[in-house]
Amino acid sequence: MLADFLLRALLGGIGVALVAGPFGSFVVWRRLAYFGDTLAHSALLGVAFGFLLHINLTLGILVIGQLLAILLFFGQRQKQLASDTLLGIFSHGALSLGLVCLAFMEDVRVDLLAYLFGDILAIGTEDLIWIFCGGGLALAGLFWLWKPLLAITVHEDLARVEGIPVDRVNWSFLGLIALTVAVMMKVVGLLLVTSLLIIPAATARRFAGTPEGMALLASLIGCLAVCAGLYGSYQWDTPAGPSIVVASCTLFAGSLLVPQSAT
Amino acid sequence: MSQSANILELEQVDLVLSQKLLLEKISLQLQPGEILTVIGPNGAGKTTLVRVALGLLPATSGRVYRQAGITVGYMPQRLHIDPTFPLTVKRFLSMTGKPQQSRIRQSLEEVGAAHVLNSPLQTLSGGEMQRVLLAHALLRNPHLLVLDEPVQGVDVHGQIELYQLIAGIRDQHRCAILMVSHDLHLVMAATDRVLCLNRHICCSGSPEAVTSDPAYLELFGPQAVGNLAIYTHDRDHRHSSCADCKEGNHAR
Repeated sequence: MLADFLLRALLGGIGVALVAGPFGSFVVWRRLAYFGDTLAHSALLGVAFGFLLHINLTLGILVIGQLLAILLFFGQRQKQLASDTLLGIFSHGALSLGLVCLAFMEDVRVDLLAYLFGDILAIGTEDLIWIFCGGGLALAGLFWLWKPLLAITVHEDLARVEGIPVDRVNWSFLGLIALTVAVMMKVVGLLLVTSLLIIPAATARRFAGTPEGMALLASLIGCLAVCAGLYGSYQWDTPAGPSIVVASCTLFAGSLLVPQSAT
Repeated sequence: MSQSANILELEQVDLVLSQKLLLEKISLQLQPGEILTVIGPNGAGKTTLVRVALGLLPATSGRVYRQAGITVGYMPQRLHIDPTFPLTVKRFLSMTGKPQQSRIRQSLEEVGAAHVLNSPLQTLSGGEMQRVLLAHALLRNPHLLVLDEPVQGVDVHGQIELYQLIAGIRDQHRCAILMVSHDLHLVMAATDRVLCLNRHICCSGSPEAVTSDPAYLELFGPQAVGNLAIYTHDRDHRHSSCADCKEGNHAR
């Protein structure tokens, strides 16, 4: 019989992996990995914000993530700085600002490691609700935006000429990614969030012939990585979040050995 | 000129971006069924002009008029599709609206690329890609077709074929075509009118008129001379719109 905490960890991990698959696919197609990283790095600032206002910490992370997404959306319209430079500034700026803010809050003691690398074994019922409601909402939104997003991924101007409201779609998509990152935090932590977005999607690529196939496969591969990682963590007493990432890396490496079925 | 006859019209359009004047006093008209080709050296603002005409860039001053209710088919210079994006030609062509499979096949056949129907976009050659992009634009049954460097990355033989194809499309679909090219020679056979751009309009008119225009020869130098062998024309002819453009060209 599975212990309760393990069952909750498994449920939470699978929920997160299901959401990460389709979003991760877009992150890979549109080369948004660094963008996802930047959002994740703002999480500590969100935690500080949550403590400050005495609100749910995931909500705090979500609010700060949304604000950052808006900031980045406008920041990328200026042409002075290359977008990776801009992201680098925001990414490390937000992470450091978060740490500094937390240091100022004298009555607050946080388990830094849990935020950096995730604390999936400590997932509670409330976290599960966040993962399934927040994640479900993010997936529903992505489903709604799916077709226009694909068109924008092919060519932004072409999509615009064909009447797709490109800015509105992009804007909503960034908001949804921020939501996804916020719900993924608990499982893998802010330093590893992007890995769970990217690695399963990259693994799925070799076996997918359509965008939908790749998104779905990425979800399944993510679930497999969560199960394998949790098992390994339980078996060898290794940290759970990193174990999940190691498992997905192993799956990726293994996939390279399998002959390609579709290009 | 009566406005209703033109499918696309630009009137005295200026475009300033980051304090740089990219387009100056551009006026052009395009009628249904007409092919207008914009030629000019690199950095002349050809693609910028197309983007203004499509409404992707707002003009700083002047007026851009597209006939109300028309469908525009656009063929961008190139697609940057990430290798990780699993997209076949068939799927790409189904992405606008909901064309039937038979329509997709038919449009690919029309551009001579039926064999790539199930290929991933990333595996196409330059010429195949241009044809697929053209098929994509045609699937919308456009009244106006805007082609940005349609023969880019295609060998000379393929270029001739593509230009013939484009001229044929105009006859078949009765649509107006606005095309950008930096090729000076092959394109002349496929177009009704040429507009020679170097931030401002240097000269415009029929291919014969433009290729003999001093402003054209000035702009392109020895490169332009090749046309003389292809087109016979009256050396004394001067297009009226060109009288002042040479000066304008040197003034800046």
